[in-house]
Amino acid sequence: MSHYIALTADEREQMLATIGVADVAGLFASVPAEVRFPPLRLPEPMSEIALRRALGQRAGRNASADRLSVFLGAGAYHHFVPSAIDQIVRRGEFYTAYTPYQPEVSQGTLQAIFEYQSLICALTGMDVANASHYDGGTALAEAAVMAVAVARRRQRVIVAPGINPQYRAVMQTLLQGTSIELVSDDRPSASLDDAVALVDDRTAALIVQSPDFYGRMHDLRSVATRVHAAGALLVQHFDPIALGLFQTPGEIGADIATAEGQPLGVGLNFGGPYLGVFCCNRKYVHKIAGRLVGLTNDVDGREGYVLTLRAREQDIRRERATSNICTNQGLMALAAAVYLSLLGRNGLRRVAELCYHRAHYAAAQIAGLPGYTVDQSAPFFKEFVVGCPRPVADINAALLERGIVGGYDLGADDPRRERQMLLCVTEMNDRAEIDALVATLGAL
Amino acid sequence: MSTYEPPIFEYSAPGKIGVNLPTLDVPPAELPVGLLRDDGLAALPELTEPEVIRHFTRLSQRNMCIDTTFYPLGSCTMKWNPKLHEEVARLPGFANAHPLQGDALSQGALALMDDLQGLLAEISGFDAVSLQPAAGAQGELTGILVFRAYHRQRGEAHRSEILVPDSAHGTNPATAAIAGYTVVEVKSDADGNVDLDDLRARLSPRTAGLMLTNPNTLGLFEQHVRDVARLVHDAGGLVYGDGANFNAILGIVKPGEVGFDFMHYNLHKTFTTPHGGGGPGSGAVGCSAALAPFLPGPRVRRRADDPTRFESFVPEQSIGRMKTFHGNFGMLVRAWTYIRTLGAAGLREVSETAVLNANYVQARLRHVYPPAVDRLCMHETVLRGQIAGAPGVRTLDIAKRLIDYGFHPPTVYFPLIVPEALMIEPTETESRRTLDAFIDAMLAIAEEARHDPSLLHEAPHATPVRRLDEVRAARQPVLCYDAAALARLREAALAETH
Ligand SMILES: Cc1ncc(COP(=O)(O)O)c(C=O)c1O
Repeated sequence: MSHYIALTADEREQMLATIGVADVAGLFASVPAEVRFPPLRLPEPMSEIALRRALGQRAGRNASADRLSVFLGAGAYHHFVPSAIDQIVRRGEFYTAYTPYQPEVSQGTLQAIFEYQSLICALTGMDVANASHYDGGTALAEAAVMAVAVARRRQRVIVAPGINPQYRAVMQTLLQGTSIELVSDDRPSASLDDAVALVDDRTAALIVQSPDFYGRMHDLRSVATRVHAAGALLVQHFDPIALGLFQTPGEIGADIATAEGQPLGVGLNFGGPYLGVFCCNRKYVHKIAGRLVGLTNDVDGREGYVLTLRAREQDIRRERATSNICTNQGLMALAAAVYLSLLGRNGLRRVAELCYHRAHYAAAQIAGLPGYTVDQSAPFFKEFVVGCPRPVADINAALLERGIVGGYDLGADDPRRERQMLLCVTEMNDRAEIDALVATLGAL
Repeated sequence: MSTYEPPIFEYSAPGKIGVNLPTLDVPPAELPVGLLRDDGLAALPELTEPEVIRHFTRLSQRNMCIDTTFYPLGSCTMKWNPKLHEEVARLPGFANAHPLQGDALSQGALALMDDLQGLLAEISGFDAVSLQPAAGAQGELTGILVFRAYHRQRGEAHRSEILVPDSAHGTNPATAAIAGYTVVEVKSDADGNVDLDDLRARLSPRTAGLMLTNPNTLGLFEQHVRDVARLVHDAGGLVYGDGANFNAILGIVKPGEVGFDFMHYNLHKTFTTPHGGGGPGSGAVGCSAALAPFLPGPRVRRRADDPTRFESFVPEQSIGRMKTFHGNFGMLVRAWTYIRTLGAAGLREVSETAVLNANYVQARLRHVYPPAVDRLCMHETVLRGQIAGAPGVRTLDIAKRLIDYGFHPPTVYFPLIVPEALMIEPTETESRRTLDAFIDAMLAIAEEARHDPSLLHEAPHATPVRRLDEVRAARQPVLCYDAAALARLREAALAETH
């Protein structure tokens, strides 16, 4: 009997007698006999001691940011995760509960999500945030769906250049059965302006990532004006840490804003679980997907929180729902709420400053190395593109020997970007690390 | 449970901070003035670490959870979440691995994923597994998009309908619609199975597939599952398995052996990755060899040139990528650990015990709370909250009264085809003592319903808040902190008490 199961043999007998079957097998009479009780060819069970050892060894075979200097970003970021966060996330009261369908016994989760929604609104300047999507990519796909639902007869969604290629792939996959047409200008010279020029009376929305995949920040105020003049919505995919310094989707007039929320106190985790941040203008709240928590009062007048505007969701709307999301990334939303509370307005600005200034310091140093160039054509936040004198794979191999995980090899996805590396510098990379990176690059 | 806790914003005061950050050690660069935000982040709060921890700890005390409470939420498999899992998922080599660091630097993670793909395939009788989908609903969409790609490749793009039983979870029809299909509902018969005559009538050359939950949402094994699958296959369709209820059949029957072509696992149910107050989940999927080329990628395999090493790959005709990176990897570590803790006999014991517990609850309550279908159930039982002699009492009242007895309520009003449904899933990790206490409470509540129904109508009594005004929440939505809205609410409360 496993240590997770509490029934004794006697109890089993008594319970079977209460049910009125002779043995446990009798409970499965409805399963066709020929396929009942198949052998499972699984390895022998392991003790906790053996499991810890085996998993420790497996984990030890991965490179990890606690042992190496990491200058790799490209959609997953090595940011500081304050110790206090895991103390909260690891409370059984939070992580062993589920969706707060019974509000009287779930006020902890409900208020935490309400505060997450509120903190995201404070961060972004947007009116409404939902309780999360799976990750930044799926949040962006939901933004396209929502924009088309809002625009009614317009089916086109224009994707500006500079979108993270994984987000584009996720959108293409998730939307393949819908009537939504994703349009993009894939010429290497295509600019944000070219994408804006594509917006016409069939266009529901323009999707812009800023800072974009290559780190460049775009001034979106005039873009918003032009997109709105054409009767379309503007969707901005943003970096939540950049908002510690830079203009918010709310300020520029975005209608929908999405982000990968992983930088907000969620570790790298080899790619998941992450956090899909989704916010919008209050005009569109009835079209938003996913869960929303709202403030109300109880029968005694006390303030409390409930899941609200539920009529949008799949369990009620079924085949008429615009999204099928049910389970979300609630615990990661809690982590983000704790993160934003701990950093607050002062901490978030300082983290953004550390990223910005250190990234610019690194870029300047690298630009000074013979054979390397740095793309300075647009302002950047924490990521920038470095042109290298040798193949990026060779450079990364050499960096690894010095304990450095180098940047993302842009040529791997796009042959036009051969020998280009996307470097990321965050508050985790101090000056000594940056100097070591620069010295190693210079010595190659 | 702790009493009132104000919104975190009310603790804020200028100048406070809750983290210890490094000072700037490089010369500052010039900032692009036109791109700066101009509100100074004024709406974000300012707090210290102790304030933040105390606030969220106090919030946590206002939750029921598995660690403290029996939580028989049907369809959700609220079983014990092992503590070892929380340790190993946080091993630095897992928690701090970057998803783009490349296969060579990720051999430990890839080895675990390859292993887990194989374990899940063996347990379910499928040929191939993808670990990428983030939750059950994403697993469903993966499957229906795979069906679509399969039919298209065979020149059968005209197949435009997905059949969904009327007992299905809402994600099933929503998924089929989002994948571009017309949803055709199939009736259940009096025994709770798919009505075979109705199924025959709905099948046509337009049928792309059927989505079937087995055990179904009535907690019953589809006795004619192989006939159902044969009918769908004969019509040229494929059979999707919603594996939300897989906890009932580990080592009991393999879905891949009874006609399912594709299935999602809810690792957050059957394989006990914690539900996290709403998520994250993991909706890994398994399928037949014929559908494997369409699975989303990357998947993981052993390298052909060196089988001691692992690589990620994208299947040839992949539908694409369901989410970024490799799926909810942290959940995969937990699921792997669970399977390797229990082994084959342990997994079978899980399902046998889950089914035993559910039947025990059903057997002791069926005289008072009529089952939706009165036959042996699987891992959960669906009862009706219609107590003889208590006409004014509804399922909602029973659920709320259970809270007074210290239990989390079951799932209520689902499946939709059962009036006043109470869907009770005890899971295998509950003791006889807990089950008896719950049963006794249910029986006591039925007595109260007959003699003092106001106890039910006014329940719960001792929670931090009592029944909440959901109409107000929806009519005047306040979805983020708003001091003025709060003040109005507090004033109204004050006015009412005077
Ligand atoms: C029967 C059934 N199908 C599908 C789902 C959807 O799974 P998820 O919430 O993981 O997306 C659920 C979950 O709650 C369910 O109970």
